[in-house]
Amino acid sequence: MPRADAPLLEAHGLERRFGNTRAVRGVDVTVGSGDLVAVFGPNGAGKTTLLRMLGGLVRPTSGQVVVKGRDLKSTDPEVRRPIGLLSHQSFLYDDLTASENLAFAARIYGLAEPPAAALEALADVGLEHKAHEPVRSLSRGMVQRVALARALMAHPEILLLDEPFTGLDAPAARHIQDVLARRRSEGHGAVVVSHQFAEVWDIASHMVVMIEGAVVMRESPPPSLGAFLPEYESWLRE
Amino acid sequence: MSSWLRVAAAVAGKDIVIEVRTKTAILSAVVFAALVLIVFNFARDASLVSTTELAPSVLWITFAFAGMITLNRGFNLEKENAALEGLLLAPVPRSAIYVGKLISNLAFVGMVEAVALPLFVLFFNVPVWGVLPGLLGLMVLATIGFVAVGTVFSAMTVRTRFSELMLPMLLLPFMVPPLIGAVQTTTRLLAGRPLSEMIGWLRILALYDVVFITLCVLIFPAVVDE
Repeated sequence: MPRADAPLLEAHGLERRFGNTRAVRGVDVTVGSGDLVAVFGPNGAGKTTLLRMLGGLVRPTSGQVVVKGRDLKSTDPEVRRPIGLLSHQSFLYDDLTASENLAFAARIYGLAEPPAAALEALADVGLEHKAHEPVRSLSRGMVQRVALARALMAHPEILLLDEPFTGLDAPAARHIQDVLARRRSEGHGAVVVSHQFAEVWDIASHMVVMIEGAVVMRESPPPSLGAFLPEYESWLRE
Repeated sequence: MSSWLRVAAAVAGKDIVIEVRTKTAILSAVVFAALVLIVFNFARDASLVSTTELAPSVLWITFAFAGMITLNRGFNLEKENAALEGLLLAPVPRSAIYVGKLISNLAFVGMVEAVALPLFVLFFNVPVWGVLPGLLGLMVLATIGFVAVGTVFSAMTVRTRFSELMLPMLLLPFMVPPLIGAVQTTTRLLAGRPLSEMIGWLRILALYDVVFITLCVLIFPAVVDE
């Protein structure tokens, strides 16, 4: 059973090696109710690997991920229910329509009335008019929005987003910001990996900077962006 | 419906909808099966080897290789846009995903066999009508076995660089028992031999199905987890 007093997500000493490369080195993350943790860092910093470990898609070499008091390695699949993930990849089938993809996800998650849930989720991302078009025919930005609808449709308590603003126009990016801000106010947690500071800065409750797999800075609340950027650039130069 | 059955049905239904829409696996497997039968038909010398001796082997070689083409497609479908990760992220038992995939693969291989069997009868002029119920039952029994194993190997090889080469290399040794059983039983069926001469092979095929479906359900979670 999930512990009511436990944080939504805790990671202790997460480490991941790929051969001789230490992609993530002893990272701790805690996401409580209403927290939005923004993770920044240059390419190859280990942000995506960290996010995939938090979602259970990559097994840590060492360390532990605990979701609402339960180890993510548990054999009970229900331990994964509180997690929603928006990845670089959309998890969508190109030959199904947007609504068929979401109805399939709704069936997998055991939601009531999958076709209706799919249409509702598409309406939430402003794509109800594209419901019956194959994903193959949608633009990159639209695919990203359908993928977001897929990640949100089971109402996950913890949302993990990997570069969610990539390929989106300004209204779509604002929509994601609004969704994240609303979810924070509802007490949900999120971890957002991004290169785009401006989109995440104002809605983040915590910020983490990773360089070469390790956390080099952790602030809550984040400092002003103007003060942070020169420091960040100096890390990159090192 | 229990959540386990719901997930298996959803996975199978989704695969069937995509295949009906794209016809990628079935069309290529049917064309392949027809070509194999044509090649065997023209390559044999009927004066040296009788049709009844050769036909069962040809039938099952055709089913096996056409089936492998179909199985290759099974998890390649999940590779696009990392859809498999989306499934693995969901709060569903891995075994239900396996059973869903097994059902859709059985449907696809069954469809290919349903087209290949009349072609086989046409090319080899084999009198199957009198033994058709027995032959269909045998096809179900033997096909379940190799598709069950092939579904797991398809999941295992899909993340490798040469998945289309790796699947036959891994699967063929495991296909030997059901293929031998199927060929031996088909030979006896076509020769009009009594059931008592086939029952041993049928038991082996049934045992293979039970053992390998159980094993595959148990090992599938370890195969798909990173």
